[in-house]
Amino acid sequence: MDVVSQLQRQFVDYTTSLYREGFVDDQYTQLQKLQDESSPDFVVEVVTLFFEDCEKLINNMARALEQQQGVDFKQVDASVHQLKGSSSSIGAMRVKNVCVAFRPCCEAQNREGCLRCLQQVTHEYSVLKNKLQTLFRLEQQIVAAGGSIPVIE
Amino acid sequence: MAVAAGEVFASGSQELHVLAVDDSNADGKIIERLLKISSCKATAVESGIRALQFLGLDGEKHSGYNVNLIMTDYSMPGMTGYELLKKIKESSACRQIPVVIMSSENILTRIDRYFFNSIIFLLHRV
Repeated sequence: MDVVSQLQRQFVDYTTSLYREGFVDDQYTQLQKLQDESSPDFVVEVVTLFFEDCEKLINNMARALEQQQGVDFKQVDASVHQLKGSSSSIGAMRVKNVCVAFRPCCEAQNREGCLRCLQQVTHEYSVLKNKLQTLFRLEQQIVAAGGSIPVIE
Repeated sequence: MAVAAGEVFASGSQELHVLAVDDSNADGKIIERLLKISSCKATAVESGIRALQFLGLDGEKHSGYNVNLIMTDYSMPGMTGYELLKKIKESSACRQIPVVIMSSENILTRIDRYFFNSIIFLLHRV
């Protein structure tokens, strides 16, 4: 197999595993469909913005939860709600699922539960970021080797 | 929300200018892309305040931008989509512009009936 075919094979396998392991869902597929020659870096740009949003929201949650005088659970909940929305929009399924579990802890004003969820959401975000960055690097390698990026149905 | 939004549009002969308001940068970019694919001119801003500035409703002179439709997220820090809607409807220059509010929560009970017939709701697939 030549280099391009090998890379393409890797790309297909890696992408398939992301779906199979629940890191991304169909919404991520929809994002791919919005990318074309007029907007060739659309997915990378949106995902980059999503990671920036994540970091900001996770920081907001952490700050709110470490208030010794009394945690503003409404503020934590607002950030979780927003993260749930953004992660849904880009198809970040695992991140979204943690957000779904997070909200009842906010409603119950359960600080320990919230801190556990925050840890989980931070973990899922880090793992996803790593995986997508690996995927984007693979894409760059394929293009640099003169190949085209396989479309996964 | 971003994907559902794309289905609202049919392309007309004249390019519509849509103002999209969303505090999530990722969502804003997706909406902007969907609008462009639907042959609309799209401007994305990240808050109600910025939207009012763009429309020329913050006390400064009217910006001169011609906006045909406003699509806004409901829950945003600072000014909610509903508060933005109220400001727009209070303005003689902008009250004719249709406003679409997008939300993943059931917000009907929070909306004043007076404005009901100027709002379309899109439900977020969450």
